[in-house]
Amino acid sequence: MKCEDAVNELIAYAGGRKDSPRRRELEKHAAGCATCRTQMEQFSALSSVLDELPAVEPSFTFDARVRQRVAAEPELGWFGRLVPQPRLALSGAMLVLLAVWVVKMQPYKMGATVPVTQAVEQPEDFNAIKDLGVLENYDVLTKFDALAEPAAPQPGKAAPDNGKTND
Amino acid sequence: MLDVKAGDEASFDFLLRKYRSPLVNFLCRMVRDQATAEDLAQEVFLRVYRARHKYNPSAKFTTWLFRIATNLALNSIRDRRYQKLEFSIDAPADEEDSTPRELPARDMRIDEHMIERDRAQFIQRAISSLPEKQRVAVLLHKYEEMDYTEIAGILECSESALKSSLFRAYETLRVQLAPLVAQSQVRRGEGRPS
Repeated sequence: MKCEDAVNELIAYAGGRKDSPRRRELEKHAAGCATCRTQMEQFSALSSVLDELPAVEPSFTFDARVRQRVAAEPELGWFGRLVPQPRLALSGAMLVLLAVWVVKMQPYKMGATVPVTQAVEQPEDFNAIKDLGVLENYDVLTKFDALAEPAAPQPGKAAPDNGKTND
Repeated sequence: MLDVKAGDEASFDFLLRKYRSPLVNFLCRMVRDQATAEDLAQEVFLRVYRARHKYNPSAKFTTWLFRIATNLALNSIRDRRYQKLEFSIDAPADEEDSTPRELPARDMRIDEHMIERDRAQFIQRAISSLPEKQRVAVLLHKYEEMDYTEIAGILECSESALKSSLFRAYETLRVQLAPLVAQSQVRRGEGRPS
């Protein structure tokens, strides 16, 4: 045993533990180590000194007072037994509220999906419009400037003269 | 405790009888006042009774019991900052049902009794001067004879931290109680066969 290891055993000495498994090892080490021997003797004496602190006995009315207070305790109802921990109950209630809020907010948040849902619910209408070719090119047609504005005169070509010539 | 959880009142009585003395002693050494210690011990038993439905059998009952007691005692000390217990033999009793003062035994002289009482107060003061965690550790280790695992569970620290804390506490006590320790060593030396 080294001096560092002796510390744990010295605690046992101070605590008055006579059945410590490494007590013999400590005593063997202390026989050759003056520092640890001194500490061992002092801790052992300290244990005896600490033993002088007297124990107290509870008063005669102690048990009766505890029983009286226990008897005054309200009996737990079925809910109290099911949910013995207030924190758990609060967490559960919060979870339920959160779930309700999420369910209520879902239609507003997922507005884009509503027509799709409706289309799924009304398959005939959806089939009727999905085959229209114009819908496939809808974006192109709406953003196609050439269709929206009249064609500008091109500089390289002569303007139409409506059948008139300059002779 | 599982029987108490199941609603067996007799089992609660058994726990009360078994643990009232260690609990009152521990609390008395913590708060240095028996009336307060008994109030706190009652509160501990009441909390055990209230929490019987959520008792977890994986935890040792004494660990749970003394953790409640430790927390209550530390709160009480912090709240009221109990001063040392000083009383005179002719002071009026605070409560009718308080424990009768310890009077000297018939075969003990009054001066011997006073010396004994002074020594006890000296030791109690030294223990009370320890930091909270060290004080609890010493009281549980020395007087309740708990093992390191259980004390570490009560104080919610590692065993190595507890051992370090205990060693520092005993070192402090050895220094503070040096006169008594020296006397004890002399007595031991005298008693030892030459």
